[in-house]
Amino acid sequence: MTESLLVDMRQITKKFPGVLANDQVELQVKRGEILALLGENGSGKSTLMSILSGLYRPDAGEIYVAGHQVSFKSPREAIKAGIGMVHQHFKQVETFSVAENVILGSKDAGFTMNTKQVEKEIAELSQGYGLQVDPTAKIWQLSVAERQRVEIVKMLYRGSKLLVLDEPTAVLTPQEARELFQVIKQMTTRGQSVILITHKLNEVMEVADRVTILRNGKSVATRERSQVNERELARLMMGQDIIAPTKRKLGNLGQPILQLKDVSAPSDSNRAGLCNVSLSVREGEILGIAGIAGNGRRELAEAIVGLRSLTGGSITLCGKDVSNFSPREIIEEGVSYIPEDRLGSGLVPNLGAIDNLILKEYRRPGLGRGPFINRKLAKEFALRLIESVGVKLTGLEAPVKMLSGGNLQRILLARELAAKPKVIVAVYPVRGLDIAAAEAVHQMLLEQRSKGAAIVLISEDLEELLKLSDNIGVLYKGTLMGVLPVTEAEPEKVGLMMLGSQPEEVKAS
Amino acid sequence: MIKLERRAAPSSMGLVLIPVIAVFLALITGAIFLYLNGLSSPKGITWGQVFAVYGGMLDGAFGSTYGVSETIVKAIPLMLCGLGVSMAFRMQLWNIGAEGQFYMGAFGASWLALTYPELPVYLMLPGMVLLGLLCGGLWALIPGIPRAYLGVNETITTLMLNYVAILWVNYFIFGPWKDPQGMNFPLSKPFEPSAVLPTLGSSRVHFGLVFALAIAVLLWFVLKQSRWGYEVTVIGESPRTARYAGMNIKKNIILVMFVSGAIAGLAGMAEVSAITQRMQQGLSPGYGYTAIIVAWLAKLNPFAIILVAILLGALQVGGYSVQTTGVPAAIVFMIQGALLFFVLGGEFFNRFRIVLKNQGKVEV
Amino acid sequence: MTQEFLITILATAITAGTPILFAALGELLTERSGILNLGVEGMMLVGAVSGFIFAVKTNDPWLGVLAALVGGGLMALIHAFLTVTLQANQVVTGLALTLFGTGLSGFLGKPYIGVPIENAFKPVNLGILSDIPFIGPVFFQHDQLVYLSYIVVPVLWFLIYRTRLGLNLRAVGENPASADSLGVSVYKVRYFYVTLGGMLAGLGGAYLSLAYAPTWLENMTAGRGWIAVALVIFATWNPLRAMLGSYIFGGIDAFGFRAQAMGIAIPSFFLKMLPYIFTILVLIMVTRKAMANRVGSPGALGVPYDREER
Repeated sequence: MTESLLVDMRQITKKFPGVLANDQVELQVKRGEILALLGENGSGKSTLMSILSGLYRPDAGEIYVAGHQVSFKSPREAIKAGIGMVHQHFKQVETFSVAENVILGSKDAGFTMNTKQVEKEIAELSQGYGLQVDPTAKIWQLSVAERQRVEIVKMLYRGSKLLVLDEPTAVLTPQEARELFQVIKQMTTRGQSVILITHKLNEVMEVADRVTILRNGKSVATRERSQVNERELARLMMGQDIIAPTKRKLGNLGQPILQLKDVSAPSDSNRAGLCNVSLSVREGEILGIAGIAGNGRRELAEAIVGLRSLTGGSITLCGKDVSNFSPREIIEEGVSYIPEDRLGSGLVPNLGAIDNLILKEYRRPGLGRGPFINRKLAKEFALRLIESVGVKLTGLEAPVKMLSGGNLQRILLARELAAKPKVIVAVYPVRGLDIAAAEAVHQMLLEQRSKGAAIVLISEDLEELLKLSDNIGVLYKGTLMGVLPVTEAEPEKVGLMMLGSQPEEVKAS
Repeated sequence: MIKLERRAAPSSMGLVLIPVIAVFLALITGAIFLYLNGLSSPKGITWGQVFAVYGGMLDGAFGSTYGVSETIVKAIPLMLCGLGVSMAFRMQLWNIGAEGQFYMGAFGASWLALTYPELPVYLMLPGMVLLGLLCGGLWALIPGIPRAYLGVNETITTLMLNYVAILWVNYFIFGPWKDPQGMNFPLSKPFEPSAVLPTLGSSRVHFGLVFALAIAVLLWFVLKQSRWGYEVTVIGESPRTARYAGMNIKKNIILVMFVSGAIAGLAGMAEVSAITQRMQQGLSPGYGYTAIIVAWLAKLNPFAIILVAILLGALQVGGYSVQTTGVPAAIVFMIQGALLFFVLGGEFFNRFRIVLKNQGKVEV
Repeated sequence: MTQEFLITILATAITAGTPILFAALGELLTERSGILNLGVEGMMLVGAVSGFIFAVKTNDPWLGVLAALVGGGLMALIHAFLTVTLQANQVVTGLALTLFGTGLSGFLGKPYIGVPIENAFKPVNLGILSDIPFIGPVFFQHDQLVYLSYIVVPVLWFLIYRTRLGLNLRAVGENPASADSLGVSVYKVRYFYVTLGGMLAGLGGAYLSLAYAPTWLENMTAGRGWIAVALVIFATWNPLRAMLGSYIFGGIDAFGFRAQAMGIAIPSFFLKMLPYIFTILVLIMVTRKAMANRVGSPGALGVPYDREER
């Protein structure tokens, strides 16, 4: 039945230094179907799709599109063959308008670009699929969901027969995700196919026609949706039954440790920074912060750790006013920070483990010795921390950028948790980690909570927030829409707040 | 089919091999230019003559005690400027103003020597060293401060100040400092013996060598063992992480620029005091620029800088020695530039290896 | 100040600004593609010397211009190969290019120092345009290369902002991954504009040796290449502003020459410092403004692109 196959990938193998990302992977897509590509982080889904879309070239294997063998040397050739990919990190030029982004690289627009005409075409095209997009808007003015729609329009404009979506719902609220699913179902009715890369079982069950499962770089199974259940999918994805996470008991919350009162702060661009945010985190509490990217999550974290100066309001730590303290003073007050970009702003990629681990300790008496660093003590200190988190290193001097994401995060946590922090600000602490590493990170945070730390957990993953938090606050355009106890925080409700509804309105609706 | 593969870690063989191959290729490039240039001249040229030029250069630089001592004499300012530049490069501060800082250091030292010629030697020389350091350092602060507080591109500003420094010095030697007995040449009066750095034995190798070696050891120690050295390394590698860790980036930019300029200023002081023994035009044949190559070739390692400086010093002496045979001295700059190209290009092979597909791996 | 004097100053500002203008336009295109080339000074020198040698040998200044374009372009190709293909550090590669260009031009030009050139570019009268009062003598009594720059500037502006090629160029400079994912070849675009940039720098150098000076002197660019790099920042990567900026610099240069004729008793050494000091001041002011208005450089400037970088 090769006639009905749009794409046939056979025995695809791709190696990266030290990793076999794809190992003889098989994948078939039929015309007009939604195929879910399911697998954990690091199972090789994105690599496989980058090969299909011409970004990477396979080391071995064959690809057939509509029965013809192809070998894409660049994304352009893949696009020509009707394959369009929407990457997790959108490939957009922020300073361009939507229309300019859409026509980039296309020859249809003519040498001097008839912008008006193109804008009209884009408007018509997007309306046909129920995609709300303003072709004249500049990318940097758009929300994440809008930017995702631009990516889809970009591919539709090029006449894609197969659209590959890489974890599209990771950045969306539940409501926005549902809208997206409507759009891709709309596409299949027109005979177009969709590959949905995901690690969420419920999404597979909700929209997919079939599902192919990857594990450790190998394709382990392909099933019709109607013939599987979530439990079997989970088993295929992990190679074992998942142990249901033990429902942890709500903690005993103590005194307020960290308090923000009417805090305002600017953002990097012209978007909302923070606007009169007030909140309080108590001893032994995890306060989860939800919000769509660009609505003040990063600004909140940076304001607390002293990296962003306040334009109004105050921050107190155990009753002491620490507003506009320098990062160094904030560290001295016992605040730890697990930044969003662990390699770029938490660690020094080209230095070894020792130099990374003493980053907050080097000037304290002990390691510091007058103007010098006691290198012997520094090594002992580092070894102790490494042992405490159980990371195996090839050498203490080898640049840490060579480590896997999970080990990097363990090193970072080892350093940040070493000084018995009173407050921990963690931003997307498990982004990009596989399940085992993510679980370890979560355990470490819960352990700190039981030791009485006040934790602010900022995440894009609602499930993670619901699993760990005691209370959940929602940021929208720099304003805190409200804080809900986790028992009252249903995903739908939080989702609506992320889109700007007040909690009262949500209750009423 | 040829394919590139990213290396997990830089190859240790490459670290040594690449500079050696680069030197070799740069010399070949120079030879090709010599040959082509010779062909277009009426007399013509043979490859034998090209190699004779290199032979002459080698002989000029190392063939005699005089040659060796001249090589070291040329290497001293390269060592000092290279050490200064490397300090800034380590923090990703592209200070290419060592030339100007060199001139200002020489200017400061000369000012003392010419204004207070009667000072005893134990005040004069330390005073000149101090003023050399200070003037070079302050000159580097002019671009350093706007860089620290406003993020003004230091590459351009440091370079612009080279021209300003040379014009500044020229003003003095063509004007107020001009030697009445100098037959109208742009020279200052000669310094008193008290203002001349001692030499080692009867050669022209002077006390500046001790400065260079001492500073190399000092920098190595500071970078390896001190809190400040650690901060400089972290800031250079990852400013965002450094900021989060509470390091004062602005203060360190200013400090590093000052130190970087001060060391180059000391080079100027040593040169003017020990070699020319008066302020004069064209004090530096571009030491400040060659120092950039020295620092990069040495991968910013203080001890490697000493060695590379000697190598490039030899190239310069060799270049001068063949000038009499009609080869333009500019060939030296050309070979230096080519050398840097090959080193930069070679670094690629530290990060990637070339793989022949369907065949074994070929290490490069 | 008489009107006549003002005209002289303004007209000299244009001729003195033209070599910087060509070089700045070249660097502007280069940086728009995301590559920083600090070797402008070296490329200008090679352009100046190769232009001069060919013009003297062939007795045709236009062949000199052609040689300068080739010379500057070849130099830029070295930069493109090292920074685009081999992903070398762009700052240091640019410095190497300047050192290499300085040496190469000195080496090649040695026999030509002091050689007279007979067929240098000379002012050409444009008829009615040149006769317009004030405007004519300021703008339209120059040589052909100045007129060429009047054409190049608007053409480049149109190319960058109004054409598909310009869209590709800007996208590659802002976000190469985005351009690549839509089939715009990042490598081709970068190679093309880096080389074109080098050709324009070579042309700027040739203007010095074939029209402005006209002679060959070692290091005759005297930092103009670096001023051009600074000008690109001042111009916020816009050719029209680059033109304005170049003429301002030319004006300062011209003022330095004429100041003594005006009876201003400042030693010439200090007058010669003016363009360099002015460059520093302009950079400081522009950076402050850029920080306030967030007028950024091309987003990917100075960052090598590697498709398989993970």
